[in-house]
Amino acid sequence: MIASNQMDNQPLIELQGVTKVYGTGHAAMHALRGIDLHIEEGDFVAVMGPSGSGKSTCMNILGCLDTQTAGTYKFKGIEVGKLTRNQRTRLRRFYLGFVFQGYNLLNRTSALENVELPLIYRGVPSGVRRVRAVQSLDMVGLKGWESHTPGELSGGQQQRVAIARAIVTEPAVLFADEPTGNLDTARSREIMDLLTGLNRDRGITIVMVTHERDMAAYAKRIVRFLDGLVESDEQNGRAT
Amino acid sequence: MLWNTILLALRELKRNVMRSILTILGIVIGVGAVITMVTIGGGATAQVKEQIASMGSNMLMVTPGKRIGPIQSSTNIVLFKVNDGEAILRDVSAIAAVAPVSSKSIQAVFGNQNWSTEVTGSDNHYFRVTNRLIRSGRQFSDSELRSGAAVCIVGETVRKKLFGGQESLGGNIRLEKLSCQVIGILEAKGQNTMGMDQDDIVVIPLRTYQRRISGNQDVAMFQVSVQQGASTDKAQRDIRLLMRERRHLSPSDDDNFNVMDMKEIVRILTGTTQLLTGLLSAVAAVSLLVGGIGIMNIMLVSVTERTREIGIRLAIGALESEVLMQFLVEAVVLSSFGGLIGIVLALTASVWLASMLRVPFVFNTGIVVIAFLFSTMVGVIFGYFPALKAARLDTIEALRHE
Repeated sequence: MIASNQMDNQPLIELQGVTKVYGTGHAAMHALRGIDLHIEEGDFVAVMGPSGSGKSTCMNILGCLDTQTAGTYKFKGIEVGKLTRNQRTRLRRFYLGFVFQGYNLLNRTSALENVELPLIYRGVPSGVRRVRAVQSLDMVGLKGWESHTPGELSGGQQQRVAIARAIVTEPAVLFADEPTGNLDTARSREIMDLLTGLNRDRGITIVMVTHERDMAAYAKRIVRFLDGLVESDEQNGRAT
Repeated sequence: MLWNTILLALRELKRNVMRSILTILGIVIGVGAVITMVTIGGGATAQVKEQIASMGSNMLMVTPGKRIGPIQSSTNIVLFKVNDGEAILRDVSAIAAVAPVSSKSIQAVFGNQNWSTEVTGSDNHYFRVTNRLIRSGRQFSDSELRSGAAVCIVGETVRKKLFGGQESLGGNIRLEKLSCQVIGILEAKGQNTMGMDQDDIVVIPLRTYQRRISGNQDVAMFQVSVQQGASTDKAQRDIRLLMRERRHLSPSDDDNFNVMDMKEIVRILTGTTQLLTGLLSAVAAVSLLVGGIGIMNIMLVSVTERTREIGIRLAIGALESEVLMQFLVEAVVLSSFGGLIGIVLALTASVWLASMLRVPFVFNTGIVVIAFLFSTMVGVIFGYFPALKAARLDTIEALRHE
């Protein structure tokens, strides 16, 4: 009971003084120099910053793919830094969804099977799995493309499959690492409309890394990184 | 979950059919060779046993002279007499029959045909002890045995060589100075284990042999048949004690005779076959090992090729153990598939080889099961390291891998 109360009252994501150092001694590279960040449920955060500013490192830590060197990261009140690798995997499995820059779909595997993948690891029975994967693909506008493999889909379509895969588990947070990085403006807008819709209609918290001002404009809140520190953190006036 | 994993593995292997086939070739050859060796060896052993059983498995041979071997001295051999055999039958329990046997190689002549054959002097017990039947004609009568009549019973080979298509019963054949009448023909038995023709034989009464051929009262050896179900070991011991007593050997003296058990001969002969089978199988098993290394090699390549896939799976929520399982199952599916193909090939080859080598085809369930389990185990053992490598990959680095 204590645990669940704790989880209800805490912000979804809470970073305190998080640092990340690669290497040791003189060769040490300080990717993060002390990040404080709170993200509430239902937020849509765009993370911006030049290359090497630490935004990707921060995303990896937020996504429980990596662990910080110092500081604390609480996800729903749980200290992620104290979890084992397998415990972090379970956290990802049940609470997080990922959309990667390079789509990262399984080659030679149909869109449907790609979307089913996270459900397999959740132990969802195959019948239910199929129905949910079809629904998810429908939601991203890929009805009728279920049996196509990534090689047979355009970049925009592949990214939509990746989004369908990320949301099929109905995650608490969706992490998107430059989701429009490889797409032209028109496709990028489609993807951003899709993400905005998911945030607005389904209440999925979204944390998105992007280079592009235009894309960041879709978010409710913009966090800028510079040299391993948060440079600015402001609400977006243009939020829809 | 396991079934899913197996399906996943099958799909993965189907993507690289050619590579999968080449990978399992080592296992196929290994399993195939082991099973073929053991099956053919088993057939040969069964054949040896069967032939010896047809000679009479409960037979003992009592021969004069010290034990068979290089130090056997030929100088002070004390030969047997007929009454030694009578004593065995009388004094040792559970003896079914005792046949005195003396034999010599002699040129047999009929008309203008002649044929060198083994002439054996014995009595009617000989047929019983050696498991032989008289196909046509009759056995010796008591009076013929007692008087040493000039009669003989011939084997199929001798009949064919001397008489050809002619009627042989009642014909007279000449053995050295002895001319004797054919009164019976033995049922054909074929070759024995040592490749000797058991039908190349002429049997005459012992008395006739002693008088007309050897010219003495000696008996070269006794063939003793132990009663069905009785212990041949005990009979062997008893005969030894009896013979020692009859020959007045003091406790310090070695035996100057030999009581040999057919089981011993079976053991020696099948032992050789089994040793050979074992050696050949061991050589074949090495190729199973090599096959395993081949699987490990390909699995390692596969892990490297699919680094990104592994990264995606780990990021999405696959536990280390699940990734490990996926690759392990893939390796096991590969190797056991190789095992199955090997089994099919081996059985086909064994049937063919068995008919070529004229040994019976004996299906050995045990070795098929063992070979299959072994091939599966090879998959587990050699698949474990690559699978572990896959499971231990760093998620972020694996995702970045091109």
